[in-house]
Amino acid sequence: MDATRIFAAAAAILASGTLARAADAPPGAASCSGCHAAPSKAQTPVPPLNGRPAADIVSQMAAFKSGERKGTIMDRIAKGFSDEETRAIAAWYEQQK
Amino acid sequence: MRTSRRQFLKVASAAALLPAPAIAQGNGPKVVVIGGGFAGASAARFVKQGNNQINVTLVEANPTFTACPFSNGVIAGLRPLRAQQFNYEKIADAGVSLAFQPAREVDAQGRSVTLGNGTKLPYDRLVMAPGIDLRWDGLPGYTEHDAETMPHAWKAGEQTLLLRSQLESMADGGTVIISAPANPFRCPPGPYERASLIAHYLKTKKPRSKVIILDAKDAFSKQRLFQNAWAQLYPDHLEWVSLSKGGKVNSVDASTKTLKTDFGEHKADVANIIPPQRAAAIAQTAGVADRSGWCPVDPVTFESKLVPNIHVVGDAGIMGGMPKSAFSANAQAKVCAAAVTALLAGQTPIEPRLINTCYSLVAPDYGITVAGVYRPRDGLLADIEGAGGVSPIDAPRENRVLEAQFAEGWFKTITGEVFG
Repeated sequence: MDATRIFAAAAAILASGTLARAADAPPGAASCSGCHAAPSKAQTPVPPLNGRPAADIVSQMAAFKSGERKGTIMDRIAKGFSDEETRAIAAWYEQQK
Repeated sequence: MRTSRRQFLKVASAAALLPAPAIAQGNGPKVVVIGGGFAGASAARFVKQGNNQINVTLVEANPTFTACPFSNGVIAGLRPLRAQQFNYEKIADAGVSLAFQPAREVDAQGRSVTLGNGTKLPYDRLVMAPGIDLRWDGLPGYTEHDAETMPHAWKAGEQTLLLRSQLESMADGGTVIISAPANPFRCPPGPYERASLIAHYLKTKKPRSKVIILDAKDAFSKQRLFQNAWAQLYPDHLEWVSLSKGGKVNSVDASTKTLKTDFGEHKADVANIIPPQRAAAIAQTAGVADRSGWCPVDPVTFESKLVPNIHVVGDAGIMGGMPKSAFSANAQAKVCAAAVTALLAGQTPIEPRLINTCYSLVAPDYGITVAGVYRPRDGLLADIEGAGGVSPIDAPRENRVLEAQFAEGWFKTITGEVFG
């Protein structure tokens, strides 16, 4: 089996989709974990997002965006995402452990 | 490399999903990552997490990583260097192969990386996260040898400790001079955070001393916030000299610790020279750096615009609006990892959004930030308008205290995600 065929076979296996978590993350979601730690990873005053109800994340982002909730930095970041983008990110984090 | 029970179980369960020959021959696609900093270590880890069947090898010369963010705190005596240091054990446990060797050559045609010991690593896709080199041709009079006398401390480690010990040895009444380079360079607010924390140290321990920043620029990151805080906290201990006021250092003399500008000469008791920079040498060798010395990339996949199948993330890249920060490096690496995983599976990567968040400490309990949200536009990563920006100039003092606490939390979080 030459290299191209091996590669093609491997690609086919991958395409069938066994584990593709990072690739499934909607636009923007990967950046959040720079500050919002997965629960077991670090002790920080910043609340974790993994497993949090999507509706909760969506409403907090809306409150940051409108200025209703004061933040130190999330008010500035929330403004960079549309409601649709925020909903997709929130739905994804709800599914993360 | 250690094989933990967890890793064994992971491999075993993966084997159950795959035709036996694929595992037996290690036939999964090969991804090599050069550079084990925030960008490279993240990329390696997230490619593996994205698809366990990909063989990922992380190439890094040093088995101990020393983080730059918060290293200004080491210089100011606020934390030990070991608080900056991390190893790659958890990354190995996650199934990434580690090669503790320098990367010597990249054969882009043949798709292989040659290590310092001669080992050749073939790849289907290569992720380069080599960071920066200091340009020893960038400031007349400043050679690598002179960094023993006038440290740059722009790569954390021995240089950080050297600058720390020089500050400790300096008599009260001394002058510390920081030479700050023109853009672009690693960590745009870094020189100003460093000056702030050195001023804090001087004010506390050596109150007749002073720190002066000689700058090759007229503007810098978080400028109003820094200057506002300096006026409050360090009116007698910190001075910034802009380009137009004669701040640009044209040459240095290490034997006398003298810095020369168009306007005159400055004699330092402690001199911290932050020289001009470019993408590390291996990026030049691989052909992914352009004439600017930095690496142009596609803003969706981070694939090099110059060499196919090589991706570049972190400080070495030309990232449009995204600054050369650890947060950016980590965010880019995660997007790049997803793109690499998708491309190897024959899928089209999605158009990403990225965030940068960058904390600076003006004092141990006084933090300020800049944030940005980015999207691909015109071949670069562009700021999304209306989002991001710096901490409010009129924020109450309690916000500065909170941002200092969040800064610490950020460091723990990001190092936990990458190395923990």
